[in-house]
Amino acid sequence: MADLRNNFVGIKSPNPFWLASAPPTDKAYNVERAFKAGWGGVVWKTLGSEGPPVVNVNGPRYGAIWGADRRLLGLNNIELITDRDLQTNLREMKQVKMNWPDRALVASIMVPCVEEEWRAILPLVEETGVDGIELNFGCPHGMSERGMGSAVGQVPEYIEMVVRWCKQYTRMPVITKLTPNISDIRHPARAAKRGGTDAVSLINTISSIVSVDLDTFSPNPSIGGKGSHGGYCGPAVKPIALNMVAEIARDAETYRMPISGIGGVTTWRDAAEFLALGAGNVQVCTAAMTYGFKIVEEMISGLSDWMDEKGHKTLDDITGRAVGNVTDWQFLNLNYVAKAHIDQDACIKCGRCHIACEDTSHQAITQMVDGVRYFEVIEEECVGCNLCVNVCPVENCITLEALPAGDLDKRTGKVVDPAYANWTQHPNNPMAVVAAE
Amino acid sequence: MDRLGSGIAGGRLAPADYDKNFSDLHPRLDRHEALVASDRCYFCHDAPCMTACPTAIDIPLFIRQISTGNPLGSARTILSQNILGGMCARVCPTETLCEEACVRHTAEDRPVEIGRLQRYATDIAMETGRQFFARAAETGKTIAVIGAGPAGLACAHRAAMHGHTAIIFDAREKPGGLNEYGIATYKATDDFAKREVDYLLAIGGIEIRTGQALGRDFSLSDLTRDYDAVFLGLGLAGVNALGLEGEDLAGVDDAVDFIAALRQAENKADIPIGRRVVVLGGGMTAIDAAIQAKLLGAEGVTICYRRGKEQMNASEYEQDLAASKGVLIRHWLSPKRILGRDGTVAGIELDYTALRDGHLALTGETGVIACDQVLKAIGQSFTTSGLGALAMERGKILIDEHCRTSLPKVYAGGDCTSRGEDLTVQAVAHGRDAAEAIHLQLVSAGQPAVAVA
Repeated sequence: MADLRNNFVGIKSPNPFWLASAPPTDKAYNVERAFKAGWGGVVWKTLGSEGPPVVNVNGPRYGAIWGADRRLLGLNNIELITDRDLQTNLREMKQVKMNWPDRALVASIMVPCVEEEWRAILPLVEETGVDGIELNFGCPHGMSERGMGSAVGQVPEYIEMVVRWCKQYTRMPVITKLTPNISDIRHPARAAKRGGTDAVSLINTISSIVSVDLDTFSPNPSIGGKGSHGGYCGPAVKPIALNMVAEIARDAETYRMPISGIGGVTTWRDAAEFLALGAGNVQVCTAAMTYGFKIVEEMISGLSDWMDEKGHKTLDDITGRAVGNVTDWQFLNLNYVAKAHIDQDACIKCGRCHIACEDTSHQAITQMVDGVRYFEVIEEECVGCNLCVNVCPVENCITLEALPAGDLDKRTGKVVDPAYANWTQHPNNPMAVVAAE
Repeated sequence: MDRLGSGIAGGRLAPADYDKNFSDLHPRLDRHEALVASDRCYFCHDAPCMTACPTAIDIPLFIRQISTGNPLGSARTILSQNILGGMCARVCPTETLCEEACVRHTAEDRPVEIGRLQRYATDIAMETGRQFFARAAETGKTIAVIGAGPAGLACAHRAAMHGHTAIIFDAREKPGGLNEYGIATYKATDDFAKREVDYLLAIGGIEIRTGQALGRDFSLSDLTRDYDAVFLGLGLAGVNALGLEGEDLAGVDDAVDFIAALRQAENKADIPIGRRVVVLGGGMTAIDAAIQAKLLGAEGVTICYRRGKEQMNASEYEQDLAASKGVLIRHWLSPKRILGRDGTVAGIELDYTALRDGHLALTGETGVIACDQVLKAIGQSFTTSGLGALAMERGKILIDEHCRTSLPKVYAGGDCTSRGEDLTVQAVAHGRDAAEAIHLQLVSAGQPAVAVA
């Protein structure tokens, strides 16, 4: 059995599956249920300053998009940070941590960008005995209008400044949660690092409008006919999150900085992908909100079974394993040649590969051969783009196969060169680096 | 049409037709089909399918594990509740259990294909030979298990997991019980029952002694004397008789014997079958016998049942399956006598029946169906022998919710008990739960008393 124990910036948990700071972690009742279900850790729903708590809308907070069978693909929300009294949260956190000493409990915090505010709340949080804090610089709705959340996360200097205060006023590990609503994720990550953060977590939700009611012309979720952008999450955002995690993982300035991966983790496989791209653990919200806390059983068993199958003994054997394979486009091997191949036994003759290629790509798939409906790759035209593979409804019916070195590429008439050659050396590149004579 | 000659004869079909007719009824889903089928599961909370399963398999979890590409993890989920999950995937009347309870059955009359998904995962696990369970440290305790059917096997496996040794005694030549002898051939092809027994025995600590019958080779008191606990998974050895004129004629056979002979036959052409066959009964045995009679090349097969369609024990799915194979099901007909010619069956005379004031009554009208073979499938019965003072209920062994009988150290489960339905999956649940109860009894008996003062 693979060892799933997780040590993230010194915070230990029996597995790498944490619940993200969000509605499911708003109070002891839910968090206790989550721990009973097997979650390794919980980031408590974001705490605000002492005083009157924030208020939420009294109508719909969530909007969604679905697949044809009502599978929830993306969720957005306009809920704010905890709307419960700070002291109530602190009291419950302390009790939960005492009840569950082997689980990770992290407090998410969002207070105004004022040093006194942070200095005031940190000792209160530390007194609960939680394992660490997560700085919420991510929420893109509501709180950002008040100069908090993503409004901070979008300004690297603010990030650095607040992280520095936190490192100064608490001994607890600091995880800085980043917003994806920014042009280049490396800048806030670098700022957090400069401030001395122990780790970053990402992504928080993406600013979004999920749909518009075409009868009332109100965006959804609709509060009496009006809507506001919400934070988008769930399976649909995973590719964006994976890229941002990878960008930080391979950036020279933030290389090997611990990352807690967040964004659409729904199955063990999603989690394994985040880990491979450099995450030390993952945080989950939408999957739990869709299926309940029990969903973690599939994640734990799936990750463990896969690790056993592949001979990975601990999480360290996986974390970062794909980072070295993420590179800039300019370094991709231009001598690598692949062609699509259609398995005629698997082909159900729907014609989608042909029309996708014919109308939108390279006219490299037949639709008829000898008067019979027949879909076959024309190697003289195929650039190996993979579109046919992606639109084919039958898995593994169309595959992209690399041409071995020495074979003739019928499209270019050139023999496949075994040597690696990229754009930086290509003769068509006016900036090409020419080897010294 | 000479191959359809009257009387009872084997070899009515071309050899290739036997292979075709007795091949897998529902071949295993391929990976893509399994992904599409598993994608339909809603991962319900407190899932109705799970509640409907006598072994309470975590169905939403195992289906989700299939959908996330983890069929081995899925098999572990299944087998941890039901070590005979492979056979249950084949023979469970899912249409009246998990799939009937499926919320998508309610919503759109098309449940998630739970049985076929269960088979997908368990087949993969068995093919890879992956074992999920290991024996605990040996306890030195030995349990006598009587009957190597689903109940006995499940009991022995769970007992072995806890470190006990199980000795299984079975009167027949091969282990497996009804899985080996009682299941329609097309539901368990490729010697599946034997392969499953081998898979289960791999845990170790289980010995099977065949050809050993309770009441003949040993008595219950012998067992209670010699073993730490006894589990009775005896099944139903007896078959009900018609008690009618002509029952002794050549060509009147018990359906269970016919099904067993067919299962054991290397060459299905060796099994003789009538040209026109009448099957008496309304349960699964009647359906299995009738369908297989048709598949052996009988020209006409008629099931006669004394009540209506709604009262048939066979599920609607099974009835439809029979109809699709060309079996004619006739209701409200009760056998009156079997007609013979030269000592062999020539036909059957039946009374028409009706419900009068809630009671089954003969209408007075009769009819005759010409036939040359009659297969009786009117129920099996528990035959007692060597059980001593064991308390019974409605002709079967009385057990409580922990499968305890009226005698200390003696547990029972499966069809021989009066608790639950007569189903493979119910027998597995009994066997498993009895082993847990036995384990508790054995370990608590082994604990020294702790002084508190």
